[in-house]
Amino acid sequence: MTQKIRCAGFGGQGIVLMGRLIAHSGMEEGRHTTFFPQYGAAMRGGTANCSVIVSDGEIASPMVETPDAVLIMNGPSLDKFEPTVKSGGWIFYNTSLISREVERDDVNVVKVPANEIAEDAGTGKAANMVMLGAFAAKLGTVGVETLSKALDKQLHGKSDEIMNVNREALKRGADLVKEPAST
Amino acid sequence: MSEKVPIGEKVLMKGNEAIGEAAVQAGCMGYFGYPITPQNELTAYMSKRMVEEGRTFIQSESEIAAINMCFGAATVGQRCMTSSSSPGISLKQEGVSYMASAELPVFYVNVNRGGPGLGNISPAQSDYFQATRGGGHGDYRVIAFGPSNLQELYDYTMLGFDLADKYRNPAMILADGILGQMMEPVTLKPYSPIPDLPSKQPWRLGDPSTSEPLLVTSLILQVSGMEERNYRLFEKYEKIAENETRWDEYKTDDAEIVIVSYGTAARISRNVIDRAREEEGIKVGLFRPITIWPYPTQPLRALAERVKSFLVVEMSLGQMWEDVRLAVEGRAPVHLHGRTAGGIPEEDEVIEQLKQALEYKGDAYLRNF
Repeated sequence: MTQKIRCAGFGGQGIVLMGRLIAHSGMEEGRHTTFFPQYGAAMRGGTANCSVIVSDGEIASPMVETPDAVLIMNGPSLDKFEPTVKSGGWIFYNTSLISREVERDDVNVVKVPANEIAEDAGTGKAANMVMLGAFAAKLGTVGVETLSKALDKQLHGKSDEIMNVNREALKRGADLVKEPAST
Repeated sequence: MSEKVPIGEKVLMKGNEAIGEAAVQAGCMGYFGYPITPQNELTAYMSKRMVEEGRTFIQSESEIAAINMCFGAATVGQRCMTSSSSPGISLKQEGVSYMASAELPVFYVNVNRGGPGLGNISPAQSDYFQATRGGGHGDYRVIAFGPSNLQELYDYTMLGFDLADKYRNPAMILADGILGQMMEPVTLKPYSPIPDLPSKQPWRLGDPSTSEPLLVTSLILQVSGMEERNYRLFEKYEKIAENETRWDEYKTDDAEIVIVSYGTAARISRNVIDRAREEEGIKVGLFRPITIWPYPTQPLRALAERVKSFLVVEMSLGQMWEDVRLAVEGRAPVHLHGRTAGGIPEEDEVIEQLKQALEYKGDAYLRNF
């Protein structure tokens, strides 16, 4: 099975880290994986996105045109990537910063109040981890536990406090989609 | 990565970083570079790793300075490298030509971006002619790899250093913005030199107090002397072509039509082949040059004896297509799917062109643009 994922938001939300963590976890679980950042002329506060592929077989191109799932952290990114999602695919989006509804009716939608949950866990900066937790728990592309371990490698050298908040945010994101009656 | 580089393990890294670590492992003693997108992670990586290893890292004042620093380091027999992207590689060509003439080894990397001119910073393969025809002025060639995944970037960086030393000739990797920027797992193999590496002792400059003076130059004013050198270089290039040509084939056994593609374009072509076989029942295979110079002319010619036609898929406008036509020598039509300046071949478009190519009855070729 091959899953193509796009993470998107604004610069500073940790979009690239989300992608790297998924790719790293895919590798740790013995699968093929690629990560490709959007690059080019960009500005602070502008939009950021990256593509990740996790597959049981060899991955030809790392480019993602029609993702199976998008992890959307802000409004402009939902506008940009909602139309690209494969029919029957998944849109996870950050309802803390996006007030509108998803317009497509041929995709699955998971609403994640990522900033609010992250604030409760200790810092709003970990909103990306909440989103990742929800994504992994819902689709099982990579395990939440594997993501948690990948954090240690990708955030190598950060304080215990930062690591713990991020792990907690990841867990709360996962818990969100496990509850039967979610928001 | 740091001093705790997990050699032997599989790690997730960027293409630019994979090249950097392979160079460090292969014993590169001097890195000289100047920043340019999309290869900046390589310069950044070396700025950290070379210092950790107690080796030389210099962010030079210009690209021309960087390649001439390589000239100096190579003269005293040290493994050295530089890297850049298209416009920066153009600036380095004078120095590469001097080094090819003076038979000095150097390894360099071009993470190709869109051109001509300052162009853009999107991935492209438009420096193919430059990489495969020497690149600078004069009669010379450089060994050029066109890897298509990050493991190959790592492996052929190590081999590039070895072959540069073995043949006393510049060797390079032609990558592109996708390979440089993307991440995928790379097994950090320990460096193991090729078996027949000759000593540099006979030609390198040594300690002036104990060794004889040597003249390292590319200037030979007498026609006979320069011509003699160039004949000798040519014989060396023939030997390189005989020994070092590398390529890969995928599903060519029963193929009616063969896609010829390298680097990132070859990754996309592999998807095309699997899909075209499954969805359209087209018997299509992939011929993938790994060395783009020397070019795998003979195996391609052998394929031309039994397939109906070829489709060259490249991120440039017919540059490698010319080499395929030279190899095929009219035995079969050679069609072209070329994207340029950051455009990337799309699978559906290539499959569509494959279908048209199979129907083609003309005496020229089809192109996608």
